[in-house]
Amino acid sequence: MKTVIEARELFKEFPSIRAVNGVSFTVGEGTCFGLLGPNGAGKTTTVEILEGILSPTSGEVLYRGQPLGRQFREEAGIQFQSTALQDFLTVSETLALFDGLYSRRSDLSDLIHQTALSELLQQDVRKLSGGQRQRLLLAIALINDPTVVFLDEPTTGLDPQARRNFWNLIEQIKAANTTVILTTHYMEEAYVLCDHIAIMDHGQIIARGSPRDLLEAHFDDVILQLPMEDWSLTAEEIGFSVLSTGDTVEISTRDVSGAVKALLDHGVSLDQLRIRPRTLEDLFLELTGRELRQ
Amino acid sequence: MIRRFIAVFHARNMEFLRDRSSLGWNIAVPLLLVFGLALIFAGPDRPLFKVALMSVEKQGQTITHPFLQTRFVDFIPVTDRETTVHKVARHRIDMLLDLRPPARYWINPESPKGYLLERVLAGSGGPPVERITAPGAGVRWVDWVLPGVLGMNIMFSCLFGVGFVVVRYRKNGFLKRLHATPLRAVEFIAAQIVSRLLLILLITIGVYVATSYLIGFRMVGGYLSLLLVVTLGAVAMIALGLLVAARVTSEELASGLLNLITWPMMLLSGVWFSMEGTHELLQLAANLMPLTHLLEAARAIMLDGATFGEVAGHVAALALMTVVFMSLGAALFKWNPD
Repeated sequence: MKTVIEARELFKEFPSIRAVNGVSFTVGEGTCFGLLGPNGAGKTTTVEILEGILSPTSGEVLYRGQPLGRQFREEAGIQFQSTALQDFLTVSETLALFDGLYSRRSDLSDLIHQTALSELLQQDVRKLSGGQRQRLLLAIALINDPTVVFLDEPTTGLDPQARRNFWNLIEQIKAANTTVILTTHYMEEAYVLCDHIAIMDHGQIIARGSPRDLLEAHFDDVILQLPMEDWSLTAEEIGFSVLSTGDTVEISTRDVSGAVKALLDHGVSLDQLRIRPRTLEDLFLELTGRELRQ
Repeated sequence: MIRRFIAVFHARNMEFLRDRSSLGWNIAVPLLLVFGLALIFAGPDRPLFKVALMSVEKQGQTITHPFLQTRFVDFIPVTDRETTVHKVARHRIDMLLDLRPPARYWINPESPKGYLLERVLAGSGGPPVERITAPGAGVRWVDWVLPGVLGMNIMFSCLFGVGFVVVRYRKNGFLKRLHATPLRAVEFIAAQIVSRLLLILLITIGVYVATSYLIGFRMVGGYLSLLLVVTLGAVAMIALGLLVAARVTSEELASGLLNLITWPMMLLSGVWFSMEGTHELLQLAANLMPLTHLLEAARAIMLDGATFGEVAGHVAALALMTVVFMSLGAALFKWNPD
């Protein structure tokens, strides 16, 4: 698989903080690479260095083996976490503006259809809803028929329907062999969309691989969930690792039948017992901690 | 209600105090204002009238006249009568007085200040002085001031209309989005210049035509020359606006910087009054301002029928300023707010 993007030993220092601390990875052609991490982990700074918006303090980014240059600008599509658009323009005029900035072009009517903007073309961009606006920003990111697309938290603030709709759009982009680099807070999103992920914390990559490989490498257990109201034991009494998360108690174990037997032996009601496999969210919390970040 | 007021009041004060560029600017402006006013208005009482005075010596003896004791008149010694008479005709000097026999004065009958001075001279009790109408006079005050008003409008539109908008684009992240495309800084700047230029030319032509129709004014030169001069002047001022906005991210700071540029230009470039007889430093400062050259060239074309070649010095100054402002603006241009 050809490497499209390569980050080599990236460092980025601001006056009061080192935001990126020695980040290196490669992204293969046609894959979706997810960059995950808690707030302040350095994801957006890293992505903006990859996009050529920020210069690294040291290190370099290569696009198809070459430093970022005009070819990259022509062939990359970018959707920032938040983007202002020119006031008083309609959706159609905004698309025309960005269409005019590239020599590479997508089929505009296909793009409008793909991003479901047909009914909004004459709408003032200031009057779009959150989901409509995100679709427009994605259309702008795709307007040059990019070979690599950067999506920085594209579904933050969207309702579940809009988020699912957005996932479908990204699946379509992937299907066209376009490389996608995605940052997100949503673990389910990363699991569904990404072929490879990197989890960042304190400016460093602390885990990297395919979601399935990472889960297999870090966990060999499952989680038994019970409502707190049915729970009256301590971890010592039950003999398993127990975690209380608000209204729920979670027991992690490799021996499901043994754990269930122990619960029954202690008279715990299993009426509302749920058994689930480990998720990316478990991995994320295990690697980055559960404490609230400042 | 008071609690809510105090909460918002406190938050706004903290925002202001922590925005160092705005805070610094708000401290710097009063100091600059005091310094500027001191430079312009320091010294004895500010004269209201400008009277050019040919040599007042005759065979080694100084000629006196009670009119010379009049307060609030700036008597400017001159030696070149022909040039000064032309300045009288163009409202740059209110009167030319030559007390050597036969004592004479030159006046523009269309000048309100000239009329008042004439009355003061007549009532001063001195020996009679012969009245001469300056050749080529007939240029009214409105003829002289109209290019200034049009130039001032061009200045405000170009500086604020471009500089402010670019700062807003940078602050809200639109420039950052454009930066992610193949768009170059020079292409962005050129598009801003042409867009504002077309707008300001249309507005200026409209105002010119309407004013000409409503009140009429003197226009003895070529329209093409005037259009070229106005175009170049506008481009120079748009480029200056872009230079100011090249790195600024605060609208308050941008507003302050633009005011710092526009106010001295409005006062020193000859929009309302001529800089004749003012301090050399002020005249030097005026010559560094694009509006000065725009107005000098426009007045020469409109009032005296100068050709494009005859205002080549001003055209060259405007072209040089445009190149300097644009080059610096493109070199310093910053897409991102941070």
